[in-house]
Amino acid sequence: MTAAQAPRQAMGRKIVNAIASLGMLYLFAPIVVIVLFSFNQPKGKFNIVWQGFTLDNWRRPFAVPELTDALLVSLKVAFFSTLIATILGTMIALALSRYKFRGNGAINLFLVLPLTSPEVVLGSSLATLFISRGVDFGYVTVVIAHVMFQVSFVAVTLRARIRGFDWTLEQAAMDLGASPQRAFWRITFPLILPGITAAALLSFALSIDDFIITFFNAGSLVTFPLQIFGASRVAIPPQINVLATMLLLGSVLLMVGGVILESRKQRKTLAVTKTRK
Amino acid sequence: MDVNDPVVALDHVHKKYGSFTAVHEANFSIGRGEFFAMLGPSGCGKTTTLKMIAGFEQPTSGRVLLEGQDVSQVPPHKRNVNTVFQQYALFPHMSVFDNVAFGPRSKKLSDSEVKKRVTEMLHVVRLDEFSERKPAQLSGGQQQRVALARALVNLPSALLLDEPLAALDLKLREAMQIELKRIQREVGITFVFVTHDQGEALTMSDRIAVMSEGRVEQVGTPENIYARPESLFVAGFIGSANLLPGVIASSGGELVVELQGGNKIAVLANNVAPGASHETGGRVTVMLRPEQISLGQQGDITVRVTDSVFQGSSVRVVGRMNDNTEITALVSVDPSHKTPAPGDNLYMSWHPQAPYVLDGWPDTAGSNSTNVDSIEATL
Repeated sequence: MTAAQAPRQAMGRKIVNAIASLGMLYLFAPIVVIVLFSFNQPKGKFNIVWQGFTLDNWRRPFAVPELTDALLVSLKVAFFSTLIATILGTMIALALSRYKFRGNGAINLFLVLPLTSPEVVLGSSLATLFISRGVDFGYVTVVIAHVMFQVSFVAVTLRARIRGFDWTLEQAAMDLGASPQRAFWRITFPLILPGITAAALLSFALSIDDFIITFFNAGSLVTFPLQIFGASRVAIPPQINVLATMLLLGSVLLMVGGVILESRKQRKTLAVTKTRK
Repeated sequence: MDVNDPVVALDHVHKKYGSFTAVHEANFSIGRGEFFAMLGPSGCGKTTTLKMIAGFEQPTSGRVLLEGQDVSQVPPHKRNVNTVFQQYALFPHMSVFDNVAFGPRSKKLSDSEVKKRVTEMLHVVRLDEFSERKPAQLSGGQQQRVALARALVNLPSALLLDEPLAALDLKLREAMQIELKRIQREVGITFVFVTHDQGEALTMSDRIAVMSEGRVEQVGTPENIYARPESLFVAGFIGSANLLPGVIASSGGELVVELQGGNKIAVLANNVAPGASHETGGRVTVMLRPEQISLGQQGDITVRVTDSVFQGSSVRVVGRMNDNTEITALVSVDPSHKTPAPGDNLYMSWHPQAPYVLDGWPDTAGSNSTNVDSIEATL
C-alpha cells in the first residue's frame, strides 16, 4: 500500500459506514418511533404528534379493554396455529427431504403456492369455501386459515435447514439397536430442533401479524391487527404502542436468549477441549 | 477363527432393483472370528451385500442367516450385527461416551453396566481420555476408533465395516490397518469388511470374497486368490498379472499353450483353474505374475525391453514379445548384473510352477477392457 492509498481507503471506509448507518436508520426508525410514542402524552384521541413524556401509558397498558382482548385473541390464535403448523410442516419437510416418492414434485409446487399467491386471493377463496360449506367464522376458521400459510412456511424453511442432514445417523442408531421411534427422538429430533424452533418463531410472528387473510375469515372475531385497523379511524390510543413495544421486547428477548444459549454451549465445549489438551 | 462354524451365511442371495441385478446368487458363509473382506470395484454389489447382512436392504430371493437363524426379514435394530459406516455417522450432539453408550442404553442395560462396558471399550480403542469430547473435536483416526467402539460395545455376532479406511489419509490408513487387526484379535469378533482396495484386502483378511458386477467370483484366502484365481477378472483385479491369451497345443500330463505369436509355454497339470479347457485347441489365458519372470540370457521367449523403471528394491521392466504383446516383469536389483535397459533383447524364464492357466480369452470373456484397466491401475 502506498502512502497515497491509505487516506483514500480510510475515506472509502467512512463512506461505507455512512451508507450502512443510513440503511440501519431506515430499518429502525419506525421501530424507534413506536417505542418512543408509547411514552407520549397525546392530547385527544390520536397518538400521532409528540406532546410530552409520560409513564402513564406504561402504568396502564391494558386501559383499552378492546385492544387487550384483541391481543389475547391474536396470541391464542398464534399459539394454536403455530403448534399445528409446526408439527405438520416438520413432518412434510422430513418426508420431502428423506424419501423419494411419486408426487414429490407436485408437493413441492403446492408447498410454495401459499407463499407466492396474493393473500387477497387466498383469504377470499378460503372464505368462499367456508361459506359454501356453512362453517361459522370464528376461532376455528382463523386458526385453519393461519395454519394454511404457516405450514408452507415451516416446511419450506425447515427443509432448507435440514438439507444435507446425514440420514445415515438414523441408520446408525437403528443399527445400534434403537427402534425407529427411538432413533428419531434421540438423534434426528435433537439435531433438527434448532431449525424447528426458528421456523416456529417466525411463523408465530406471521400469525400475529396477518391482516388480509384473517380479515376475510374472522367473522366477528377481532385479532390485534383487525382491532388496530378498525379503531384507527376513531382513535389511536398510546396503548397500541405500549402493547406493540411489549411484543417487540418479547421477540427480542427470545432471540437474545437463543443466542446466549448457543454461545454458552459453545463455550462449554471449548472449555472441555482446553482442559483435555 | 473357525470357517466351519459360520456366523453369517448367505444362501443364494439375490438382490434386484427393478430390472437391475445388484447381487447375483451370493452363496458363501463367514466363520466365527474371521476377518473377512468383500472386495471389488465400485458397483460390484459388495456394499449392497453388506447392507443385506446389516438389515438395511432385504434380499429379493434367498436367505441371510445369522448364527444359523434366518434374519432376511428382521429389521436392523433387531439383528445382532453392528456397522461401522464409511463416514462413521457419529452422533454430533453427543459426547464420545454417549455415542458409545447409545447401543447398550437402547438395550436398556443398567447405568452401572453401561458405564463399565463403555469404559472398557474406550480402553480397547485407546480413547480413555476422550470420553467427554464431542466428535467434532476429534481427528479422523480418533473418530474412526469411536465408531469402532460404538459398534463393538454391543458384542455383535459380526462387525460390518463399510470402506472403513477410505476417509483416512495414506499414513493413517496404514496405521489403522494394523490397529484394526489388533482390535479384532483382542475382542475376537467376526469382522466383515468391504473395500475396493485389493492391497488392503490382501494384507488384512483371513479370507476374501472377490465380487464383480453383482457376482461373487471367488472366495478364498489371500494366498489362494492371488496364486490360483478362478476367473480372468480375479486374476486381473488382484495384484498385477500378465494375461497372455493362447491355444492349447498339446495336453496330457502338462499342458502346452501356444501364444498368439507362436511362443509356447508349458503349464503343470495342477496349475489349471477349475473350468478351464484341457482339450487341444481350447482357448485359454496364461497368467504370469511380474515377480515370477526372470530376465536373462537363457530361456525360450525373447522380449525387447521398452521401458525400465527403478523402484528401490526392484526394477519394473516393460517389454514386448515378438507379436508385440506387452509383458511386465519385476526383477530384483542385482549389483552383479546390468539392469535391463530399453532396447535390450533378453530371454524370459520362470519356475515351472509359475505359469497358471485360466479359461477363455480376455476378449471372449467380454471383460478385456476392465482387465487391462485394472492391470494398468495396479501397475
